[in-house]
Amino acid sequence: MVTYKLTTPISEEDARKLRVNDVVYITGTIVTARDQAHHRALQFHKEGKELPINFEGLALFHCGPIVKKEGDRWIVVAAGPTTSTRMDIFEDEFIQNFKARVIIGKGGMGKRTTDAMQKYGAVYGAFTGGAAVLAAKAIKSVKTVEWLDLGMPEALWILETEEFGPLTIAIDSHGNNLFEDIKNKTEENRIPIYRKLGIQK
Amino acid sequence: MNLEETVENVAVNLLRFAVTELPTDVKKALQKAYREETSEAGKTQLKAILDNVELAEKTRTPMCQDTGTIIFYVKAGAEVKHLDKIENALRKATSRATTKVPLRPNAVDPFKQKNTGDNTGRNIPYINWEIVAGDTLEITVLPKGGGSENVCTLGMLVPGEGINGLKKFVIDSVIKAGSKPCPPNILGVAIGGGSDIAMKLAKKALLRPLDQPNPDPELAELEKELLEAANSTGIGPMGLGGKITVLGVKIDYAVRHPASYPAAVAFNCWAARRATARIYPDGNVEYLTHKLR
Repeated sequence: MVTYKLTTPISEEDARKLRVNDVVYITGTIVTARDQAHHRALQFHKEGKELPINFEGLALFHCGPIVKKEGDRWIVVAAGPTTSTRMDIFEDEFIQNFKARVIIGKGGMGKRTTDAMQKYGAVYGAFTGGAAVLAAKAIKSVKTVEWLDLGMPEALWILETEEFGPLTIAIDSHGNNLFEDIKNKTEENRIPIYRKLGIQK
Repeated sequence: MNLEETVENVAVNLLRFAVTELPTDVKKALQKAYREETSEAGKTQLKAILDNVELAEKTRTPMCQDTGTIIFYVKAGAEVKHLDKIENALRKATSRATTKVPLRPNAVDPFKQKNTGDNTGRNIPYINWEIVAGDTLEITVLPKGGGSENVCTLGMLVPGEGINGLKKFVIDSVIKAGSKPCPPNILGVAIGGGSDIAMKLAKKALLRPLDQPNPDPELAELEKELLEAANSTGIGPMGLGGKITVLGVKIDYAVRHPASYPAAVAFNCWAARRATARIYPDGNVEYLTHKLR
């Protein structure tokens, strides 16, 4: 396990250095995107429309933050991760087309995303579920917000962060998926646990 | 004393305490988990949880963006007057706390898919009533997170399989839940009664502090056995691997119908929030889980 402090834009080479179980802190630009923002971004790409932000080398955060406006400034109150598996249907194309290098969320992602990360050089960083205050503390400012018409949780919040983390690398660009490994190990543990509890199968 | 007003103010405090500061027994259990966890990924998660809990307490901010569905448990002394006013007071408190604390609006009409905006609506906040002897009113709030609620299980087991059937059901529930309920979790387990009774007892069991073992020695033993079993799954903190998957198992039961063996498992996430206060007839209020601040 190695701890890395990365600054955006993150190169493909830097992303490929990371291995599962490494811990990463990110300084720079992180953009929130949930289901609807993913959907619209891919739609824009299909129609040849330009996105409001270039994702190359940035970190994408599966998060619907609570944000409040003070004067003309946005302030992030809470910004915990949301369940990432919902974005599995978009993420491979998203990584391929927009070259975000770090995807941040909770609960892990599936094979499609793992394959895309291996092919195009990106990683998945697990942020502790519910640790919303810790996340908000590392967010120094809201640079801007796009697609606010999707609603506060679904908009693209472009955030400036300082040492955002800890992110545990749970999928790397070498085909490793920590959540899948743990699931398999847990399955192997099932029968011995039954036995210890005196259960016949 | 104006009971309605007192209850409303106390309940707003309880909601604020619950979502910003974990009860001591849960904090201690998380600290112990951090000391005992051996997997690095698991340790990283527990450290982040502890840092987050401390920061939330210091800044008086909700420790998780999901401030839950609001559930109350009321132990009402039979001599307390105006008990009919309490439900309204608790609804008003929930609505007020939503803007004041703030809480995330988490009450959605299931047919219109519309968020009511203030955490109240038909049957929510849900109030569990218990009439007891005396003249005091004890109110507990349990803000229940959605991620851990989604993996709660109810099994109508085969009576012939007995306690082994229950053990298997609990372990299968933990393995199936995996990383989803934001482990380390607290498990409320209940058997008997009927489908609804088992589920209610399981959720209520979550209120018993982690440092209080079951008063029934046999059940205390079973709690220990299930805790060890759950912590042998390898799921670990946030499902990233490790030995601490569950902080505690709390068991309750009701006698059962000869043909039925209902078993329920209620999951609570690491943000196991609860707060309790007792209101005396002279209007004095004693906060049992938190210090007034």
